[in-house]
Amino acid sequence: MKPESSYAKLRLTMQEKKIETEILEILSRDCRTPPETIARMIGRSVEDTTGIIEALENQGVIKRYTATIDWEQLGLEKVIAFIDVKVMPAREVGFDAIAMRIARYPEVKSVWLVSGGSDLRILVEAVNLRSLGNFVAEKIATIDGVTGTVTQFLLRKYKEDNVLYNEPEPDDRLIVSP
Amino acid sequence: MIMGDSKEIRPLLKPLSSRARELPFSGIRRFFDIAASMQDVISLGVGEPDFTTPWNIREAAIYSIERGQTSYTSNYGLIELRRAISKHVVQLYNTSYDPDTEILVTVGVSEALDLAFRAVLDPGDEVLVPEPCYVSYKPCVTLAGGNAVGVQTSAEDGFQCRAEQFERVITPRTKAILLGYPSNPTGSTMPRNELQRIVDLASERGLYIVSDEIYDRLTYDQEHVCVSSLRGARERTIYLNGFSKAYAMTGWRTGYVCAPEEILRILMKIHSYTMLCAPIASQKAALEALHRGEAPLRDMVAQYNQRRRLIVDGFNRIGLKCRMPEGAFYAFPDIEATGLGAEDFAERLLFDERVAVVPGTAFGTGGEGHVRCSYANSLERIEEALSRIGRLTAKLIS
Repeated sequence: MKPESSYAKLRLTMQEKKIETEILEILSRDCRTPPETIARMIGRSVEDTTGIIEALENQGVIKRYTATIDWEQLGLEKVIAFIDVKVMPAREVGFDAIAMRIARYPEVKSVWLVSGGSDLRILVEAVNLRSLGNFVAEKIATIDGVTGTVTQFLLRKYKEDNVLYNEPEPDDRLIVSP
Repeated sequence: MIMGDSKEIRPLLKPLSSRARELPFSGIRRFFDIAASMQDVISLGVGEPDFTTPWNIREAAIYSIERGQTSYTSNYGLIELRRAISKHVVQLYNTSYDPDTEILVTVGVSEALDLAFRAVLDPGDEVLVPEPCYVSYKPCVTLAGGNAVGVQTSAEDGFQCRAEQFERVITPRTKAILLGYPSNPTGSTMPRNELQRIVDLASERGLYIVSDEIYDRLTYDQEHVCVSSLRGARERTIYLNGFSKAYAMTGWRTGYVCAPEEILRILMKIHSYTMLCAPIASQKAALEALHRGEAPLRDMVAQYNQRRRLIVDGFNRIGLKCRMPEGAFYAFPDIEATGLGAEDFAERLLFDERVAVVPGTAFGTGGEGHVRCSYANSLERIEEALSRIGRLTAKLIS
């Protein structure tokens, strides 16, 4: 392959990457932004834009579209806990086998492998304190290879997914200014 | 005054300064007064970012206040801030200014403009000002005792000015050329070669260049050209910039001037008598902006860029011809298709559809037939404003 053509190809991929990143940033701010609007924001056709979004969905880059909800404001009580799990890593699979075992429970919202004193940090959501306690005691602590858990309950949310919960930021600029 | 006496008794008082009295009020003011009294107005009339100052910058100022840093600073401004500005200008434009003698921290570019003209002008001296332009340019010249000579640019030329246009109006009284690119209100920028020709002309005629580059970081398709970085420009250029637009810091009122020592010391002298120094908390915030403001800046520019494409596309769909602005955060659509003048259109838009825009005429004669629409606003509001403007336009065109 000639050096110019590989350079041109590289440039093209870089441009595509830039467009993809731009689309993803728009969607991460508001996943309901219509493709027509996104197309106009990035200066591409609607077909191009929908094509790129579909490809990103198919590749699994876009996992899913969700809403950030203040359940408390709705009056819905939910118990959320962060659980630090110490794990004995297994030969061949390391932490993956236990991590996946934990991740498959629907109560478990997120599972991360972290550095520091514990190995896995998981986020669990339950309807009340008792069911959460039961879940940890019966399901997590009893998994082979789990050597200890530390549970921390969430008391109040201040910010989630870039959204401040309690501090609306009104637009108090002058209506017309030079 | 005696109760019930209808005759007004005026105290003996000589008239206020005729120069100040004769200065017209800004055309923006009238619109502001009307719009402020109405409900549910979507405003595209705002000349400042819709973002709040990034938190790290706000926090730096809070920390400095907590530590009791509440004093005056050097007239020039904090030396660490001047050093940071010097480094910043070298990195961006490869132009070097000595932080000890060639940089002055001001209360926004507004103060810097005032200083520049007071330093340069004698009564009756002329300053060439491309129009349409920022509302304060000509009044600042007038208040400094000079005469502002408008040089009209047009949509056909992309609102760029040409050396020949200046050449035609230069007189023995001409002292300076004012450049303000990227431009408020048109969003246009100047190509390097044309700027160089203007610099060459200024060199030939011994003119100063006052260059307001407050929107330098908000350019979208190409790199900004700093006037001082051009051949032969540094020695005659008073370079003005600040933090308001790039870092969403309008309310902090912090800007700076860079100029050769012999020019800057005169500006500094005026500043030392009239302003003393810029507020220290704002200077601390500005320092943080230069140290760690690049990431939030890039994020804001990316969002402005998306809104820019959206709003320009929106105007063209509606049937209002709109060129793609290369910088700042203003679109300057041509509203002649509606059959209304800029003032009438803006007024109809405000009363019929409750959208505030600024008539181009507020920025000088070259602005007729256009309105300035700021896209420093949320996507939802821009889209809603476009649909309302579309409704009025359809009514007017049919």
